Amino acid sequence: MIHSLFLINSSGDIFLEKHWKSVVSRSVCDYFFEAQERATEAENVPPVIPTPHHYLLSVYRHKIFFVAVIQTEVPPLFVIEFLHRVVDTFQDYFGVCSEPVIKDNVVVVYEVLEEMLDNGFPLATESNILKELIKPPTILRTVVNTITGSTNVGDQLPTGQLSVVPWRRTGVKYTNNEAYFDVIEEIDAIIDKSGSTITAEIQGVIDACVKLTGMPDLTLSFMNPRLLDDVSFHPCVRFKRWESERILSFIPPDGNFRLLSYHVSAQNLVAIPVYVKHNISFRDSSSLGRFEITVGPKQTMGKTIEGVIVTSQMPKGVLNMSLTPSQGTHTFDPVTKMLSWDVGKINPQKLPSLKGTMSLQAGASKPDENPTINLHFKIQQLAISGVPRSLHSKTF
Amino acid sequence: MQRFLQLPGAVVRPGGRGAGAADQEAASPVLAPEGGPPPWYQALQPEELRWLQAPEEDTIPEASLEGPGPEPGQSQSQPLRHDDLKEMLDTNKDSLKLEAMKRIVAMIARGKNASDLFPAVVKNVACKNIEDPNQLIRASALRVLSSIRVPIIVPIMMLAIKEAASDMSPYVRKTAAHAIPKLYSLDSDQKDQLIEVIEKLLADKTTLVAGSVVMAFEEVCPERIDLIHKNYRKLCNLLIDVEEWGQVVIISMLTRYARTQFLSPTQNESLLEENPEKAFYGSEEDEAKGPGSEEATTAALPARKPYVMDPDHRLLLRNTKPLLQSRSAAVVMAVAQLYFHLAPKAEVGVIAKALVRLLRSHSEVQYVVLQNVATMSIKRRGMFEPYLKSFYIRSTDPTQIKILKLEVLTNLANETNIPTVLREFQTYIRSMDKDFVAATIQAIGRCATNIGRVRDTCLNGLVQLLSNRDELVVAESVVVIKKLLQMQPAQHGEIIKHLAKLTDNIQVPMARASILWLIGEYCEHVPKIAPDVLRKMAKSFTAEEDIVKLQVINLAAKLYLTNSKQTKLLTQYVLSLAKYDQNYDIRDRARFTRQLIVPSEQGGALSRHAKKLFLAPKPAPVLESSFKDRDHFQLGSLSHLLNAKATGYQELPDWPEEAPDPSVRNVEVPEWTKCSNREKRKEKEKPFYSDSEGESGPTESADSDPESESASDSKSSSESGSGESSSESDSEDQEEEKGKSSESEQSEEESGKRKMKKRKKVAEGQGEGSSSDEGSDSSSSSSESERTSDTEEEQVEPDSWRKKTPPSSKSAPVAKEISLLDLEDFTPPSVQPVSPPTIVSTSLATDLEGLTLTDSPLVPSLLSPVSGVGRQELLHRVAGEGLAVDYTFSRQPFSGDPHMVSVHIHFSNSSETPIKGLHVGTPKLPPGISIQEFPEIESLAPGESATAVMGINFCDSTQVANFQLCTQTRQFYVSIQPPVGELMAPVFMSENEFKKEQGKLTGMSEITEKLTLPDTCRSDHIVVQKVTTVANLGRVPCGTSDEYRFAGRTLTSGSLVLLTLDARPTGAAQLTVNSEKMVIGTMLVKDVVQALTQ
Repeated sequence: MIHSLFLINSSGDIFLEKHWKSVVSRSVCDYFFEAQERATEAENVPPVIPTPHHYLLSVYRHKIFFVAVIQTEVPPLFVIEFLHRVVDTFQDYFGVCSEPVIKDNVVVVYEVLEEMLDNGFPLATESNILKELIKPPTILRTVVNTITGSTNVGDQLPTGQLSVVPWRRTGVKYTNNEAYFDVIEEIDAIIDKSGSTITAEIQGVIDACVKLTGMPDLTLSFMNPRLLDDVSFHPCVRFKRWESERILSFIPPDGNFRLLSYHVSAQNLVAIPVYVKHNISFRDSSSLGRFEITVGPKQTMGKTIEGVIVTSQMPKGVLNMSLTPSQGTHTFDPVTKMLSWDVGKINPQKLPSLKGTMSLQAGASKPDENPTINLHFKIQQLAISGVPRSLHSKTF
Repeated sequence: MQRFLQLPGAVVRPGGRGAGAADQEAASPVLAPEGGPPPWYQALQPEELRWLQAPEEDTIPEASLEGPGPEPGQSQSQPLRHDDLKEMLDTNKDSLKLEAMKRIVAMIARGKNASDLFPAVVKNVACKNIEDPNQLIRASALRVLSSIRVPIIVPIMMLAIKEAASDMSPYVRKTAAHAIPKLYSLDSDQKDQLIEVIEKLLADKTTLVAGSVVMAFEEVCPERIDLIHKNYRKLCNLLIDVEEWGQVVIISMLTRYARTQFLSPTQNESLLEENPEKAFYGSEEDEAKGPGSEEATTAALPARKPYVMDPDHRLLLRNTKPLLQSRSAAVVMAVAQLYFHLAPKAEVGVIAKALVRLLRSHSEVQYVVLQNVATMSIKRRGMFEPYLKSFYIRSTDPTQIKILKLEVLTNLANETNIPTVLREFQTYIRSMDKDFVAATIQAIGRCATNIGRVRDTCLNGLVQLLSNRDELVVAESVVVIKKLLQMQPAQHGEIIKHLAKLTDNIQVPMARASILWLIGEYCEHVPKIAPDVLRKMAKSFTAEEDIVKLQVINLAAKLYLTNSKQTKLLTQYVLSLAKYDQNYDIRDRARFTRQLIVPSEQGGALSRHAKKLFLAPKPAPVLESSFKDRDHFQLGSLSHLLNAKATGYQELPDWPEEAPDPSVRNVEVPEWTKCSNREKRKEKEKPFYSDSEGESGPTESADSDPESESASDSKSSSESGSGESSSESDSEDQEEEKGKSSESEQSEEESGKRKMKKRKKVAEGQGEGSSSDEGSDSSSSSSESERTSDTEEEQVEPDSWRKKTPPSSKSAPVAKEISLLDLEDFTPPSVQPVSPPTIVSTSLATDLEGLTLTDSPLVPSLLSPVSGVGRQELLHRVAGEGLAVDYTFSRQPFSGDPHMVSVHIHFSNSSETPIKGLHVGTPKLPPGISIQEFPEIESLAPGESATAVMGINFCDSTQVANFQLCTQTRQFYVSIQPPVGELMAPVFMSENEFKKEQGKLTGMSEITEKLTLPDTCRSDHIVVQKVTTVANLGRVPCGTSDEYRFAGRTLTSGSLVLLTLDARPTGAAQLTVNSEKMVIGTMLVKDVVQALTQ
């Protein structure tokens, strides 16, 4: 199974390594660096790289490569899934998962990694068990540890490991019992240049934050479960009950977790709540191009569209852009040719627009195609699919 | 050296990078900026620092940590730590011991030599802590011990593992399983002994151990497939409750196992004709009747055995299916590959949706999944076709993902969807990602070769691309066009001409070269143009790029050979120019060509064959997927991804010709399970969500286990393997036979009937006698699992649930298969009030329901979870003063009277006081309708639930049956109105019979309705499910794929109801119902249309 783990930052430094069996020389990473050079972009590094004696499986998150070294056949997704779980755990422990944070918490990182794998096979990957074994660092605890010389290693025996509900620790107590459910839906759409939707799908997740005493057994039902086309669950959800009654019945983990992700395939029904008008023209002879885009709302059911960010990868021939936004801020990176415009809120009365000129490389032929525009936005309190409106009850 | 850590200490150290493990290790945790103490340094405790440092050889980090001062007293810190750790190990405090061990593990895990700690650990741990009363300490001790990579402790480790393998605590046993591969890698001579331990642990019944021991099995002795036999069913049943990592390992192993033990399900696809009953019913009684039934079976065995899926094979497929909804991509992939390799064709489709879901995950996951989808989509194209759009490329996808998606899209392209696919491709060509554009052009080329219809369109499109400004696009297009033209050059003289014209404009050398090659190769198709092209090229020869020059020479040579009259001079001119070219390649080529084609004095043996050399027919390049034939590797494996055998890859065996003896999987029933005193058996570990699938046994739900930490009352269950649960039902049946269930003689009688039925079926079954009794195990265990499907179910004493067992039988022989299948309508999809303790469904019916489920391997279309009419409320608990009553249509034939609809009534008492004397009061019924009351329920204790069965003869109408529910104190007026679909029972008939009967029921008896099926409802599976949900009909096999036929008879009059659904791929459909009972027909049409178009 997993032999070793190397953490490599974007500048190619191995800043942490961990071995579960014998030590694998870090020179094995040279193969990885080679592949990285070939790939030009970080996300194009192949996740699986064979080397003469080892196989390198990597994931790239938070600008860090997590490279696992394995020696024998193992399902690649097994390793990749585990690496993602490691990242999630770090995030859970430290809030963010970045190189400085990992370096600052190297001791906890080691302890956690040690518990997550035993001889290369996953042992305790549930956040609840891990936190029982190794307490996440807090400012107070760090101070206390520094003074008293104690460690983050929990002093209670990790009884959670024995539990039949490994994701929940026992003896949880809260004075205020509360549970929050966030329904986050993302529309993922491809729109062709004439504005018609080629494909659109709604991808939703229900993230929960449950702070309840004891062993609560919750049920959650949906107004319209039939809309959910495809779902995947946290292991705590009882499959059978969902199958038969379309009710989510579960004993929740303590704290934050993702209860389920679902997919709504309503390909034609999805109404994209924004539109973009563009007028981008390159002229063959001139070294100047015109650039103008306007963003406006469409079928938002009265909700405001916030956090709008427009990004666009400009063609190589564009040397620079001089643009004036009617609102928000914009940046253009002449090296990566990436234009980014942070619009903020859309005011339907005064539509935000970005106008200006592009200076093109002299003599270069005009780009074939207009650039692709990516648009990110958020709408609070609106579920496109109509799935939520759920009610939940609990029994103890 | 850039990447090598520049620690202060590194300067002092001789060697350098790669100087040794210790160096590497030393540098690792201590990544600090050059100079100055590392920022985390202050945060560390001295203690921690110490254990971050390695022992003796680890001087460097010490130096680096403590500054460039003199070497700190290495000799001091060493014993100090030892004392420290030893002290900690010697204390009585659990937590201190635990921490000390953790530290040692941490040291060892980082490759440090901990051998000097050995005595301390062994003394404290192996001897003392391994016997510690706390299971966590015992486990930790073993973990520490097994992590010490020192050969001298092998015997001790072996002892400890053996000891731990029989520990009471499953957690310790799990740790033992983890220790096995460690010991094996330390000393492979121990293999035999370790296999013994593995064998023992494989028999373990807890979910905690299962994953770890299978992992050990895979590492130590993957070839010992025989060890799995006895544990196969148990592993299948435990699977759903094993943690995710274990699931992956187990599924992967079981895939291999199944390939060695079962027959290929695809060898005979005409499954509908098979008898689906097989030996599944061969349950307990069968064993008793052993010899007799076996004889019958063998007698019935035809000379050539048709394919019948082994029930164990079915068990595996069934138990893995829900895991497709796991959040873990690895588990989903594991199940997907299992289905791909093991499931009959008709069932593989279920994995597509789950795999498509994974495409929304991280890009690494997408990468792996797409590779697998690419392989699958070659073999099973139809499976992913509905999801074509999910493989459309997003501009934000990384290039490697784009290229894989393109591969899948190309594989999925067929006659019907090619226009859409090509339109997508057109968009892709304009992408700024040039690698991707090149791949797209290749893909277009492949589509053109695969789908003849669009070849011309593609060619034209590609020709247009030749005017693209991008060199890469043009070059790629020309290359692809070249390949396409090679396939049928004769028809494409025009294109070659067009290309020839392009030589004036196209400046990309690669493209010019390709065009020249084409003209040369097919000069006989363009006899007039070719010399002219050569003339132009000769003119511009000196200005051309080298690669073009080479092709000009090539063209000249070919033309010289075919048309020397016109081109002799030109050729000589070109060759002369080339002779003095600056590039030696070109000079060489010119000389070589001249010698070859121009006859010389020496004989010209070469020139006579020159035509054969230059104009030999060249095979058209084959454009096929690079993923072709990759499926000989197990999907989802590393080897598959790399398309090369990885170290330690276990070949996926081919299906055997003859199935090995299936009886090897039979599990003997241990004595103790037969003991009547059930309370004595307490499962230490109760898999939590047993209700969710597979393995909960009635015993377990009956067992009240005070030790169960699980707060959930009902989820109790077992690690019980099939053996145990089968024995369970065994004992139940014994009870039954003894007549312990004093309550209903009727039920007694009924169960007797049931047995008869079963026996009969076994006799009919095609399977060998041996498989029949083995089938019994798994079927009964699964039946029990189904029974607990109601989560609200509460614990009931065995006796009490026996009592409530409703009478049920299968007395409708005509309809038997289908009715069986429909039994599972027990847990309906309708929303049900979540009031606390409500219902008990531990009825015999649910028992049967499970059996039937397992039993239907051969009718895949019927397998789909048919959810019938949901549980409906008869009496709300508020109105009923604490008594809540629900009813369901069980779709079983009612035992007393075959004309009656069997209705299951579920009572639950949520009041404080017992409810006594529950019975049906004088019904006021419309004419023709009659009710068979259920036997009076004497008493229902608070919190308890009960189920009873009553029969209602609705007289083939949907009139309401009103009656009173009486308790000792109260009367409640209630009414039941049946949906029209419940007034019938399925009939099994052949296609011909169906057509014959349909022919008789035309004219007034035929009702037709046109409808449009929504997108969501076009797969077989869904259509069949929807229809059977609405109406209790049986599916009739049908030759054409777009037609669905169902048949049934109304209960009272027995009139036939025939339903035909003719669905076109476009979604247009026509529904026809033929029935004498026009009212029923009309209503049925309405209901079915509503269900289908919803």
